[in-house]
Amino acid sequence: MQTANLLPLVLVIAVVAYALAYTRSRSVAEPLGGIRNLKALPFYYAARAALWCAIPALILLGAWAAFEGKVIQNMVVSSLPAEVAPQSPGEASLIVSQISNVAEGKLDPTRVPEAVLGAADLLQNLRAESSNFKTTLVILIAVLGSAFAWTRVQPHINARENVERTLRWLFFACAAVAILTTVGIVLSVIFETVRFFGKVPITEFLFGTSWSPQTALRADQVGSDGAFGMIPLFTGTLLISAIALLVAVPVGLMSAIYLSEYASKRGRAIIKPLLEMLAGVPTVVYGFFAALTVAPFIAGVADMIGLNASVQSALAAGLVMGVMIIPFVSSLSDDVINAVPQNLRDGSLALGATQAETMKNVIFPAALPGIMGGIMLAASRAIGETMIVVMAAGLAANLTANPLDSVTTVTVQIVTLLTGDQEFDSAKTLAAFALGMMLFIVTLILNIIALHVVRKYREQYD
Amino acid sequence: MNTMNPTVTSETGAGVVEDKVAPVKEERPAEAELEEGVTVGTPYSDDPKFKLRNVEVFYGESRAIKNISLDIARNEVIAFIGPSGCGKSTFLRCLNRMNDSIDICKVKGSLQLDDNDIYDPSRDVVELRARVGMVFQKPNPFPKSIYDNVAYGPRIHGLANRKSDLDDIVENSLRKAGLWNEVKDRLDATATGMSGGQQQRLCIARTIAVSPEVVLMDEPCSALDPIATAKVEELIAELSESYTIVIVTHSMQQAARVSHRTAYFHLGHLVEVNETNKVFTSPEHNMTESYITGRFG
Amino acid sequence: MIEQGSQAEIVRQSLKKRYRKERRFRMYGRVAIAVALASLLLLFVDIIGKGYTGFIKTTITLDVTLDGEAMYLDDPTDKDQMSMADFQAPIIASLQGYFPQATERSDVRQLSRLVGSYAGNQIKDLLVDNPGLLGSTQTLEFLVHDTVSVYVKHAGDEAYSVRLSDQQKGWVDELVEKGVIDTGFNDVLFSRGDSREPTNAGILGAIMGSLLTMIVTLVIAFPVGVSAAVYLEEFAPQNRLTDFIEVNINNLAAVPSIIFGLLGLAMFIGLFGMPRSVPVVGGLVLALMTLPTIIISSRAAIKSVPPSIREAAMGMGASKMQVVLHHVVPLAMPGMMTGSIIGMAQALGETAPLLLIGMVAFIVEVPDGFFSSATVLPVQIYLWASSAEQGFIELASAGIMVLLAFMISMNALAIWLRKRLERRW
Repeated sequence: MQTANLLPLVLVIAVVAYALAYTRSRSVAEPLGGIRNLKALPFYYAARAALWCAIPALILLGAWAAFEGKVIQNMVVSSLPAEVAPQSPGEASLIVSQISNVAEGKLDPTRVPEAVLGAADLLQNLRAESSNFKTTLVILIAVLGSAFAWTRVQPHINARENVERTLRWLFFACAAVAILTTVGIVLSVIFETVRFFGKVPITEFLFGTSWSPQTALRADQVGSDGAFGMIPLFTGTLLISAIALLVAVPVGLMSAIYLSEYASKRGRAIIKPLLEMLAGVPTVVYGFFAALTVAPFIAGVADMIGLNASVQSALAAGLVMGVMIIPFVSSLSDDVINAVPQNLRDGSLALGATQAETMKNVIFPAALPGIMGGIMLAASRAIGETMIVVMAAGLAANLTANPLDSVTTVTVQIVTLLTGDQEFDSAKTLAAFALGMMLFIVTLILNIIALHVVRKYREQYD
Repeated sequence: MNTMNPTVTSETGAGVVEDKVAPVKEERPAEAELEEGVTVGTPYSDDPKFKLRNVEVFYGESRAIKNISLDIARNEVIAFIGPSGCGKSTFLRCLNRMNDSIDICKVKGSLQLDDNDIYDPSRDVVELRARVGMVFQKPNPFPKSIYDNVAYGPRIHGLANRKSDLDDIVENSLRKAGLWNEVKDRLDATATGMSGGQQQRLCIARTIAVSPEVVLMDEPCSALDPIATAKVEELIAELSESYTIVIVTHSMQQAARVSHRTAYFHLGHLVEVNETNKVFTSPEHNMTESYITGRFG
Repeated sequence: MIEQGSQAEIVRQSLKKRYRKERRFRMYGRVAIAVALASLLLLFVDIIGKGYTGFIKTTITLDVTLDGEAMYLDDPTDKDQMSMADFQAPIIASLQGYFPQATERSDVRQLSRLVGSYAGNQIKDLLVDNPGLLGSTQTLEFLVHDTVSVYVKHAGDEAYSVRLSDQQKGWVDELVEKGVIDTGFNDVLFSRGDSREPTNAGILGAIMGSLLTMIVTLVIAFPVGVSAAVYLEEFAPQNRLTDFIEVNINNLAAVPSIIFGLLGLAMFIGLFGMPRSVPVVGGLVLALMTLPTIIISSRAAIKSVPPSIREAAMGMGASKMQVVLHHVVPLAMPGMMTGSIIGMAQALGETAPLLLIGMVAFIVEVPDGFFSSATVLPVQIYLWASSAEQGFIELASAGIMVLLAFMISMNALAIWLRKRLERRW
């Protein structure tokens, strides 16, 4: 049975277990003189039965779904006769997909070797067996769990405590998902990165100034090695992020100042949500706008004044990205400016300062740490932004500071290396994970510092 | 604190803000006893710095100040007293238009400083505030150095042409505020690291660095301990030689100690204005008497 | 020290300059807001300008004689014959009825390029369903070729006619005048999946993909997020572990989305062997990505429930868990739902992580389950926007409008919920 069908089945069994335990708890209570004499309400006996039924079954089901594919695949591959057994991981993935395509009837069986046909049969058998086994086991565990809980419907057992303790653990497990996610991210990138550094020296990756990851298909091809120096990607990312911040910081900051100090209540109520709409627009829309409207426009203007601009200029991507992060800067600045106590404003105004003088000389310096934190968060967002640069910046890894040139970024390269045809275990694929690791580390550091600065700032005025 | 005697200079003066006697609260007189626009005592002066006539302040629909007329004499210290919410702070903030920043606040009537209307639309609020400085309830030094705090006003107004002039202004102001000896070695230290009393005196120094003619003080000691309060009160007495000072206070002892005249506000009315001595020994209005003897407030 | 009185004179002299600075400062603020709002306006105008034509389809209505001889077909039930037959022939014959002089080989080729390449299939499908129609004359509506569609929709604009020959333009103009070629609401857009031909492509597949993905995301992220928030606000002891969880949540909220794509690729697909390109994996990845948003807003909602409610319930002898489940969570639910809807809207617009887990493939069929290959709306927009053909660019803008409409309605729903269910304590 499919996991998708088994899931509702387990839930149905749980509901039955709930109903049975509920009835039993009432009938147990009856001779004692009503449910008052039970240690817990019937609801808790019933809920406990449902939990006993569902939780172990669901854990089993999840584990099975997670590892089934991999285990079966390994069994099939190891069953292949020596002459077709794959020599490299790349070959292995090719054969596996061939086998599964035959098994699913997507590939004509007459056009593959005998051994693959046999393997496809084996794959189908194993899948069927695994499915049957899984179904039996899950139902068995669900029923056993319910039955056990049913026998434990006894007046002297406090089911409420059991249920509450279980729920508490469930809640904790949910909160721990945050840790698991972080651990998952770190593990995802770290293994592949280590393997990458086995192929390409770490010093070349960090300090090399040339990036062309096209490894050759044949060994005798020219330039078969590929170059993996991340400096051009790094500078490209910085160039685009810097342009974005040059747009977003002044515009965002001045908007926040105007909104908090000058705008009327009504103006604020209208303008603020409009500004926030800029943050809600999906990045693919900005990418579309950058690639199809802004970039050609910039190229046209540059052409008119006699400059040579690439069709995929860093400037176009940077400008549009800047527009995207305006609301981040403005709403964070708005928060910190409003956190500056009113009595500082009054103090300055009472000395005869104008509003602009008060803002520039008193409020802005007081809010500066918080604003810096906000800008760092915006920078981290700009560095990690993907779609705008994928669509509007180029693939050419130029080491340049000219905003009219085409540059590429870390995120663009990750997407390019991991979409399209992948060769497992090639330096090219692994490089994407190494870039991902760099990106994760840089944004993590920025975020930690920024969050720390903002928190310290808040505490100062609380 | 039930038996209020104006001559008592209790050190707990700063602490009486919340000092109320609950059971006698019902004796609070009804507003009906107050007649609008009628103030007993001596509200007018021969040599007024401020000439305030028929002043009314509205917060949206509600009337916070009801037809008050009062003169504030040159170089006098006048104290505004009264129960919470009586409008004394609101009235004070009219004198340098600090209410401007509140959208719903409207001021009516005639308010004149040296015979010029304060609320004249052509009147410049920056210049007004340079002449009428203000010290707030809670010390609010800017998060800058001590020097920069005092130098801030002269700088924005362009009162010093040279660095040495500015140094002089800062030193003089700090001396007048009685703070110079305490801080002369750490002028570059940040002002927020000072004690509360020092901060408040710094705020006073900051205010007088602009050489105002009037200093408004809105409960300047309510956030200070008794020793710091005593120092600030001493300072007020010294400043009264060269400045007109209007002080709002919750502490009747403080009013008695520092002021020449005392004005009693109640529910937006100015009930009585008299020589401070008279207000605390033989008040003319029975409500003033009830208040100073602690029957409500 | 400056004398009292003389200082007022200095201040008065400085005023003009200071007020000029004040006005300039205020103007900077106005300019900043104007720049931001103008960008927003430009973005919308640009997309609507580029994409409204995506909602228009161009059709050609022809009287087609299903002549067996011309199609090399005498028995529509014979599969072999059907796969060899020339279904384009009757259409060309019908067009030649309008332009009798077009008989040259090159003319015929140009004529055949007026209608979309799926027009022949339309006739084939008709004959498969009704073999008896062979030999009859039917009035049929076909989609025109992409180049013709673009030309008709942008009539008069030279930039959009470069891919048609002058002869073709003449024909099209004549057919438009006769009402044979006409435009209408593009129902194809909402009833089909992707296609190699712009006129035949729709966003239904992408919408279904997005829907399936969002269901997975919601089913995982909402309960887990709310439970985590309840744990952290109500049960978590003050210890290192709790602090560590909080730090993790705050950082995850700011991790670039593409990193979650790497997680999905390495963990779900690489380690667990889950299939590529399917809504389940996409939903899982987006759920992990949205989780911090939901946890943070749910915690804020729980915090806003006043302690007096908890104390009242505790005072009646309720257990901590009962207090939380009976009182705190129901009262915080509107806030939690608002936060979750906003988080879901973000997830709906997310593209980058889905590219890495293979939801970027060219998929014609509308997905019908959580394990069938699918793409989502933003990825479909990305695919179309990367294409060179004008027809696809129009579709991409139309897709953007649909996506924005979904997101705006979700946000409006969140605002409405907040207004409607908000409780003031």
